Amino acid sequence: MTRTVADLSDVARSAATLRTFLHGLPGVDQVGAEARAGALATRSIKTTAKARGIDLAIRMIDLTALEGADTPGKVRAMCAQARSPAPSDPSCPSVAAVCIYPSMVRTAADAVAGSGIHVASVATAFPSGQAPPAVKLADTRAAVADGADEIDMVLNRGAFLSGRYLDAYEEILAVKEACGAAHLKVILETGELATYDNVRRASWLAMLAGADFIKTSTGKVSPAATLPVTLVMLEAVRDFRAATGQVIGVKPAGGIRTTKDALRYLVLVNETVGEDWLDPDRFRFGASTLLNDLLLQRNKLATGRYSGPDYVTLD
Amino acid sequence: MRFEYAPAPESPSIVDIRSSYGLFVNGEFTDAKDGELFKTINPASEDVLAEVAAAGPSDVDSAVAAARDAYENRWRDLPGRERGKYLYRLARLIQERSRELAVLESIDNGKPIRESRDVDLPLVAAHFFYYAGWADKLRYAVPGREARPLGVAAQVIPWNFPLLMLAWKIAPALAAGNTVVLKPAETTPLTALHFAEICQQADLPPGVVNIVTGAGETGRLLVEHPGVDKVAFTGSTEVGRSIAQSVSGTRKRLTLELGGKAANIVFDDAPVDQAVEGIVNGIFFNQGHVCCAGSRLLVQESVADEVLDTLKRRMATLRVGDPLDKNTDVGAINSAAQLARIRELSEAGTAEGAQRWSAPCELPERGFWFVPTIFTGVSQAHRIAREEIFGPVLSVLTFRTPAEAVEKANNTPYGLSAGVWTEKGSRILAIADKLRAGVVWANTFNKFDPTAPFGGYKESGYGREGGRQGLEAYLA
Amino acid sequence: MPDHTRLAIRKTYKLFIGGAFPRSESGRSYVVTSVNGDFLANAALASRKDVRDAVVAARKAFPGWAGATAYNRGQILYRIAELLEGRRDQFIAEVGGEAAAEVDAAIDRWVWYAGWADKLAQVYGNANPVAGPFFNLSAPEPTGVVGIVAPPDSALLGLVSVLAPVIVSGNTAVVLAAEERPLPAVTLAEVLATSDLPGGVVNLLTGRVAETAPWLAGHLDVNGLDLTGVTDPELAATLERDAAENLKRVTRPRVEPADWYAEPGIDRMVAYLETKTVWHPKGV
Repeated sequence: MTRTVADLSDVARSAATLRTFLHGLPGVDQVGAEARAGALATRSIKTTAKARGIDLAIRMIDLTALEGADTPGKVRAMCAQARSPAPSDPSCPSVAAVCIYPSMVRTAADAVAGSGIHVASVATAFPSGQAPPAVKLADTRAAVADGADEIDMVLNRGAFLSGRYLDAYEEILAVKEACGAAHLKVILETGELATYDNVRRASWLAMLAGADFIKTSTGKVSPAATLPVTLVMLEAVRDFRAATGQVIGVKPAGGIRTTKDALRYLVLVNETVGEDWLDPDRFRFGASTLLNDLLLQRNKLATGRYSGPDYVTLD
Repeated sequence: MRFEYAPAPESPSIVDIRSSYGLFVNGEFTDAKDGELFKTINPASEDVLAEVAAAGPSDVDSAVAAARDAYENRWRDLPGRERGKYLYRLARLIQERSRELAVLESIDNGKPIRESRDVDLPLVAAHFFYYAGWADKLRYAVPGREARPLGVAAQVIPWNFPLLMLAWKIAPALAAGNTVVLKPAETTPLTALHFAEICQQADLPPGVVNIVTGAGETGRLLVEHPGVDKVAFTGSTEVGRSIAQSVSGTRKRLTLELGGKAANIVFDDAPVDQAVEGIVNGIFFNQGHVCCAGSRLLVQESVADEVLDTLKRRMATLRVGDPLDKNTDVGAINSAAQLARIRELSEAGTAEGAQRWSAPCELPERGFWFVPTIFTGVSQAHRIAREEIFGPVLSVLTFRTPAEAVEKANNTPYGLSAGVWTEKGSRILAIADKLRAGVVWANTFNKFDPTAPFGGYKESGYGREGGRQGLEAYLA
Repeated sequence: MPDHTRLAIRKTYKLFIGGAFPRSESGRSYVVTSVNGDFLANAALASRKDVRDAVVAARKAFPGWAGATAYNRGQILYRIAELLEGRRDQFIAEVGGEAAAEVDAAIDRWVWYAGWADKLAQVYGNANPVAGPFFNLSAPEPTGVVGIVAPPDSALLGLVSVLAPVIVSGNTAVVLAAEERPLPAVTLAEVLATSDLPGGVVNLLTGRVAETAPWLAGHLDVNGLDLTGVTDPELAATLERDAAENLKRVTRPRVEPADWYAEPGIDRMVAYLETKTVWHPKGV
């Protein structure tokens, strides 16, 4: 498939043209993609590289609370940790954002006010997306009104998997409009898309529709983020920039628990799209327990001793 | 943000390199009687690693005699299951000392530690495990044949995968009941010598495995020795040809695994990102010192620009440097001689009118290095499309139709391997059918497994190594 | 210095299901004696519910075991042989009779089968030269969960000889141990439990074969049945009839007594293999 730097806005003028475009994208060989991700995972990131990687990863975290049992108290505690991940160490950077349900947006916005930390709200009947379109838009508007400056929406997987690409596309367009100034992340829910070919197509669909970020997962479905899936999304983002000049961000979410995992993702970004994507404006981690492991590793690099859970915040 | 990877050195202290090594004959290390000493160096630094004995005529005589004695008295009549147990011991010992052997291999050969650790050594152990299991199942190996060993095998191996080539030779030979005299390459003797120690640790009966180090002359003495029943050689087509001539009229059985100039064919519907990985792997893995390297890229003309752009972008992330750094992708060229040859052919490429490109790269001051390079605008008439360069140099040609791709791919005296990249299954199988190559990789490249036979058509040699077929070479 | 002989800590002989050692859910046990009639142990007496649980465990373990590479299975089986060798003395004490010869043969037999894992497909699979532009490959696959009645006449070598060929290709097993002499089977289970064999690949039940075998033979989620250890011809016929309900692949008992020391051949592996033939056109 040869593409030139063309105006791609024509691609979605009808269901048929959008389908033809998406199905004309190059396929992804599963074994090859997984092997590439596996090879990059063997990079050895030590000492100074590790220290910089840890601080960068901390700055890229969307600290997440997405449980039915969330209360204002729980959300405020998380926001406190977001602002000051390591209270005894002022050199530790703060995270990129907090990520909560729409009902918690106001609480979170108040709690992080003035810190520069973004307020990302999930929306559009997260996590399943199985609700009437009007409800999904109302969900979005409410979150924005309460103070969310980022919206994490879910792709309509039912529409996508039944081939109704234009429906899925138009939904994203509508949500983007409802976002106003807020940035839009589109969650592909790659675990439900099942094939890398689908992940590539869904990535392009979301980017064509105006996503500012594409995100792997809701974290409620297994498998969530994986290195190969993120690799395919990074390739899509790279190719999209080559085709349109637009820079779209990537957010793997769910299942990223250790510093080792996080560093592997940074290597993936570095060697797939390049170092100018190593920035919280272009790459985020959707995670909760990851932060503490990063802090433990940070402690070890600073002190030379292995650390433990008593030395980080648990709430 | 610039994400510089800090140095991640693998420590060489895990391996104890002696200052000098003798030959390994009849279960013991012994000085060469009438040979000399030569030095082996680290190609990344040009530092001398050790002095190694070069076996002369009487040394080769002793080794062959030891192998014969062991064959008749300590090995041939051992029940298969007991022979298998020795091979299982060797496999386990290799696994246990894997890191040490990998580091040694990288130091002596120049290949990146990540490769010797993750590719070479696991395959070495796996070969011994696989063939250990055949030792007591030989009656299933070749239908209708009552399996008997041949006797003493003379085995000469190259420098590109020293320990792996040793495994490919020794494991099936021993499983089938033969004994061996093996000569490692002159520039990479060390892992073979440490393997000899492993044979001692396994309590392998003396004389079953003999290692005679040396250069071309030692190899010639060995393969021409009247006391051997079987010759196995991996190396250049030129030397293979002369060995084939030398065994004419004798009763010696011969297998050869020689050079290649494989075509890696990329169709317009190939999965592009994985195809580019396959191209990179095909020619830059092991610094291109691979007989089955995908050294000719045959890309369908309609996608050539896109594939080349993606390839160049990908090449820019290749890390060339210290083989012991865990992040190195491309290591040192094995010797000054090989480096000279690569340079000579590259200059020929430019002189013939091809366009040369490589990503900007800083090379270390000492040692032998060559930056991964591609030549575009290559045609089948060019030297760089016909001659084996055996270095990280890719020649890029285009084609329009499947038939043209096949024709170009086959238009070579070699026939070791080929690659096919397309999402269409029936095309893979149709093309694979027509390629005159002993190994066809579809949507992958440079994959090896002890169960999968490997070997060439035409002047890439004859006989197969690996798999059930790999035993045939060692059975009467 | 103590003025009495040290008392030994006696072992409890339990079932082996899903990688764990439960007692029978029925709480029952039965007396196992030596050839002289001396009391050896109260071994667990398996019930139909234990059979049910064992089959569930075997089924759960099947995808992972069948999906492992042949090399991996071979490695795991070889590791088991290493552990068997480490317990050589213990087995000799438990096997009795020609113990040392039998134990050595059992370990070597296990090694023999371990080496088959990555060779079966080469010996029992092949490309087929069909008369048309098609790629055609026949490859063996494991059949699923196999129930095995272990031979009563050879408590270790016979047991190994019916168990290893079933699992080497990726099947999982529920084994009914030799009723009178179950102890080597339980020690084998301990070896399996401390190896890298995933839980559930082998499940071992001690007890009355006439009571448990029918439940195994009639179980619809069991794919194969090895009746080698059923000495009563009428019981064997009944079990084979029960097994026919879901067309299990059945191995009948031998007519002649087996020479367990003889090299087996590949029949016991082949009995629990399916052959899958795949066609694909060849065309540009």
